[in-house]
Amino acid sequence: MPDDQIAISIRGASKTYDGGASEAIRDISLDISAGEFLVIVGESGSGKTTLLKTINRLIEPDAGTVRVFDTDVTSVDATQLRRSIGYVFQEVGLFPHLTVAENIAITPKLLGWDAAAIAARVNGLLDLVRLSRDTVSRFPDTLSGGQRQRVGVARAIAAGPRIMLMDEPFGAVDPITREALAEDYRALHSALQLTTVMITHDLLEAVLLADRIAVMQDGRIVDEGTPHDLLTGSKHDYVRDLMAKPRRQADRVAALAAEAAK
Amino acid sequence: MSAWFDPNAADAFARLPEYLGQHVMLSVSAIVLGLLLGLPLAIGGIRSPRFRVIVLAVIGLAQTIPGLALLALFYPLLLGLSLITTTAFGLQFSALGFLPSLLALTLYSMLPILRNTITGVLGVDASIKQAAIGVGMTPMQSLMKVELPLALPTIMAGVRTAAVWVIGTATLSTAVGQTSLGNYIFTGLQTQNWVFVLFGCVAAAILALLVDGLLAGIEVALATRNRRKLVLAAAATVLVLAISSVPAFVQTGAQYVIGAKPFAEQYVLAALMQQRLSAAGLASSQRAGLGSTVAFDALAAGDIDLYVDYTGTIWTNVMHRDEFTSREAVLAEIGTWLKTNRNVTLFGPLGFENAYALAMRRDRAEALGIRTIEDLARQSAHFTIAADVEFFVRPEWRALQADYGLDFMTERQLQATFMYRAVADGEVDVIAAYSSDGQIAQYDLVLIEDPKRSLPPYDAVILLAPGRETDRAFTDALQPLLGAVTVERMRQANLMVSGSAGTQQTSPAEAARWLSTAITAQR
Repeated sequence: MPDDQIAISIRGASKTYDGGASEAIRDISLDISAGEFLVIVGESGSGKTTLLKTINRLIEPDAGTVRVFDTDVTSVDATQLRRSIGYVFQEVGLFPHLTVAENIAITPKLLGWDAAAIAARVNGLLDLVRLSRDTVSRFPDTLSGGQRQRVGVARAIAAGPRIMLMDEPFGAVDPITREALAEDYRALHSALQLTTVMITHDLLEAVLLADRIAVMQDGRIVDEGTPHDLLTGSKHDYVRDLMAKPRRQADRVAALAAEAAK
Repeated sequence: MSAWFDPNAADAFARLPEYLGQHVMLSVSAIVLGLLLGLPLAIGGIRSPRFRVIVLAVIGLAQTIPGLALLALFYPLLLGLSLITTTAFGLQFSALGFLPSLLALTLYSMLPILRNTITGVLGVDASIKQAAIGVGMTPMQSLMKVELPLALPTIMAGVRTAAVWVIGTATLSTAVGQTSLGNYIFTGLQTQNWVFVLFGCVAAAILALLVDGLLAGIEVALATRNRRKLVLAAAATVLVLAISSVPAFVQTGAQYVIGAKPFAEQYVLAALMQQRLSAAGLASSQRAGLGSTVAFDALAAGDIDLYVDYTGTIWTNVMHRDEFTSREAVLAEIGTWLKTNRNVTLFGPLGFENAYALAMRRDRAEALGIRTIEDLARQSAHFTIAADVEFFVRPEWRALQADYGLDFMTERQLQATFMYRAVADGEVDVIAAYSSDGQIAQYDLVLIEDPKRSLPPYDAVILLAPGRETDRAFTDALQPLLGAVTVERMRQANLMVSGSAGTQQTSPAEAARWLSTAITAQR
């Protein structure tokens, strides 16, 4: 559960592209505690991915600062920073010319781990993300969407990062697999005491996984709070409309369940 | 007559190991060097769009230079370079044969390699590149570990294109003294040995298809990420290339290298000299098909030890003289000049002249009343003249035009092989014939007199490379040839090789043996 240490601290971060067009962020300030599971929701183009990428310097903000465990990210080498932060990509981004084992081993290898340590780590990770060990020598294009995403997660946590950034990690898989993946990841997050920042389109997923939800619109965070806070009422019409959908879904499911119980 | 019983076919097969070996070794070296140079340039081009534009433009430009010209350009370039390194570091290398061919072919192989590497890498999915940076790769690591491996099938397709181009173009390297499958084509074309020409073309085509097929195997294995298939395809490729190039690494043990320009008479004389040396127990090899100036430069540089040239050629092309007095005076002056200026020894004349002489069909000349070039000049405005590729740029052609006021309607360049038939068939009116060519009599042509003596004498002479004149065993073996070859004998031998007029076509070596017997008999 969240403790008092701040893992990520963003202050006044802004980024504009081509005269303030899409995916910009405007004057964002956000603190994320160590061990927290923060989910960012918002429409396409609201700046979610841009915000996420400023944390591991895939994008450098025009203004403002980003600190990770109290260190300004611009004061460390960007490559070293990225090796210390797990990243799960929207398109999964597995390397098609490398086997499952080689994909998972990529960051430990870049960090110069020895071969035995890497092999042991890969086996451990396969168990951790619940992938069968006979997938190690397969290439990504022979895996199902769900398996691929598990490899993506294993690759991101391979080098033992304390922070995980996840950009719509389960977007490309079917709903049933998606739920299993999300639950498994939430368990990993707790077991490994990770700090996770995840982007999703799926509000139900956000509500079920998050310790805290940040809602973005037009490059700003318009509201944030625990799932309970946001479900039970927000000052913003936009957020209220947004959160009405998972509520309606939940109410309907509850009504059906009650009917079945009669 | 089946090609399988044709002695020419048997001869062609006997030469295959050597020609193929050299051809494969040269082609493989050029492609490997093309990769070694092309890949770093491509990486530079991937990282800097400006550099990309420049390098593709330069390499693309080199591609537009015809193969033969590119090869020919590298020869004097290397010769100059060799001269510099010799004087500066005492480091001498041969500017003939392998090196100019290698450089020209490497340049040829680079465009497809460069272009495909750049296209392949730039075409890698943006999300994959983003992932590479995201997991903590530097841009260089992303390029080496992700982008280049993913571009490999495309790069391999470029290597295939390069291989096919190089194997085809390598046939031209014969002209700068590198043995290749082109030897069949050059020799065959000059001696009207069509079996040879066809054999050379087919062999080069089969080699190109085979290599393309093997590389296609590698490309498919890369594209499907089948590591077992990749190992198999690569092993098969290496094996085929290694086995076929083995003869290129076998030392022939030849002490002397005999040069020959690309026409029948030169092949016969080279064979004649080789037989003489061999009879004296001296091993030698031939570098046949050298261009006229290439042959002389190669001799002066010691890349070849001897060859036969003609006084008129030396006089105009090497000494850059145009006025001359008599055969004897020219001969004497050339001897002194070559010794002092190039340290080359004029060993002596063979006894016949192979001069340029204007020739027409006898019946036509008589009907038009043409006996001398003066007669011809009066009617030349209606005539077409054909000559070999050299003639129209030689000073004696300018002298001839100026002295007689010749002004032909059309000038056509023709291979010497086709020239005589062209005038006999009436396709052209006049040709610049070679006076020792047997086809003059065969087609009943008449040589037009040159009363103003605008055309210099062309005595066939043996030239020796610097230092060879003191090699007694060597000079003793050649001595009997001096003054022993009459123009009639030479014409006959030349006619035997071109194999026309119902005579059985013979190889240059056989014609040389006939000539040798004739020389002995006449003594």
